[in-house]
Amino acid sequence: MTFKRPSKRKNDEPRKIEAEVGVIKKADGSARFKIGDTEALAAVYGPRELHPRFLQDPKKGILRCSYSMMPFSGDGSRVRPGPSRRSKEISLVSEKALIPVLDLSDYPNTVVDVFIELPQTDAGSRCAGICAASMALADAGLVMKDMVAAISVGMVRDTLVVDLDGDEEHLDDNEAADIPIAMIPSTKEITLLQMDGIVSKKNLKKAIELVIPVLADIAQAQRNALLNRYNR
Amino acid sequence: MNQEMKEHVKAALRSGVRLDGRKLEEFRPITIETGMISTAEGSARVKFGEAEVLAGLKMAVERPYPDQPDSGTLMVNAELLPMSSPEFESGPPSMDSIETSRVIDRGIRESKAMDTKVLCIEKGEKVWSMAVDVVPINYGGNLIDMGGLAAIAAIKSAFYPLLLEDGTVDYHQKTKQKVKMSAHPIPVTICKIGDLLFVDPTDEEEKAVEARLTVTSIDEDKICSLQKGGDSPLTVEDFEKMIDLALKKAKEIRKILDGVK
Repeated sequence: MTFKRPSKRKNDEPRKIEAEVGVIKKADGSARFKIGDTEALAAVYGPRELHPRFLQDPKKGILRCSYSMMPFSGDGSRVRPGPSRRSKEISLVSEKALIPVLDLSDYPNTVVDVFIELPQTDAGSRCAGICAASMALADAGLVMKDMVAAISVGMVRDTLVVDLDGDEEHLDDNEAADIPIAMIPSTKEITLLQMDGIVSKKNLKKAIELVIPVLADIAQAQRNALLNRYNR
Repeated sequence: MNQEMKEHVKAALRSGVRLDGRKLEEFRPITIETGMISTAEGSARVKFGEAEVLAGLKMAVERPYPDQPDSGTLMVNAELLPMSSPEFESGPPSMDSIETSRVIDRGIRESKAMDTKVLCIEKGEKVWSMAVDVVPINYGGNLIDMGGLAAIAAIKSAFYPLLLEDGTVDYHQKTKQKVKMSAHPIPVTICKIGDLLFVDPTDEEEKAVEARLTVTSIDEDKICSLQKGGDSPLTVEDFEKMIDLALKKAKEIRKILDGVK
């Protein structure tokens, strides 16, 4: 039996993507990345002086990410504002996903703050957040060796599918396995990899192969958004 | 803010043309959009010029307070997102965000525009609780007026989610039942520097403000809440002028809101 996706998408087809930069004038760099009904905003402030001072690195600037869901962005009841265990972990892994493309050695003792906020979510919010953050960092004019593109791939009813949506995630009492992946598309290096659910070794390898071309497309959408800022 | 910048803001106000070219009693161009957030029961995006805030309403079924067994609840909360301004920091809510939340909340609550009895599902057991969250996206000052307007627009645009027979809520199915309001409480903040009164301060102007008064009204004659802010006192004469100006401006804003679904 082959699994038919509720959204009628092909197995390697992500949801519709909208990408835009320069959406928050107050920020040094900003971006909006929308994939299906999941929308992420990212704002970059800095490099700016880091307090408290003992956190400063005299050799280079540091990156600090903060992921947060707006209180009305969950698909159930209200999400309490303020940090949670989940949001802190996602902030941490997002930071690790982005740091490999940045060179902050010109900015000792400073911090680059990245604030990721989600106005609405329908699965895949950490990946959308990383995509937005990567565009916002580029929009802020920071030196980067490439974009970071991210998407999830999952195992739903023994079928590998790219970019799970909420309907797929919740099928069969949340049986689906979910693997968010972030990559530097030009080198195919993985910068974020998590998984929950059960997947065989063979399928895991297949899953990664499945997302490589999708991530290349996302990186192109990110670059187009940056170019559009200067074309309009 | 440094003294030079304050003087610059004041000089512009005295000349009658503000730093962004507006007159003293002129708001930035106001736009209101609603219903853009799929996960919220009601939502609104309000822009005053380039300043932008979002408001979203979430509803849940809860037990009523023991002293009000047949009343639902309504709460407004504002968060000063560090995303929206280099001056906001992560961490527990600041004094400013708590004041903003409470002034917006009080304006709506005391207007009695939301009949909380209508939110009762089963007396003493189940009532609807409504939480409106206001978040600046691009901060540009005057958050009470912007957030208050966004909160009202979000409630006005809201539909109840589907209440299942077992008492839980299916958030994926919205009903066609609208959340009803009997009036639209509009907060308008009047600012004072020297003997000049003006409306809709930018974040720059806000820092130079000596006194302010937020007047929330439901029509040209009904005021439902007040909040005086700033370090300087107000004379009775100032107060009267501020009320008149706030009511006049609220009427203009109410007209814009009436044109929104």
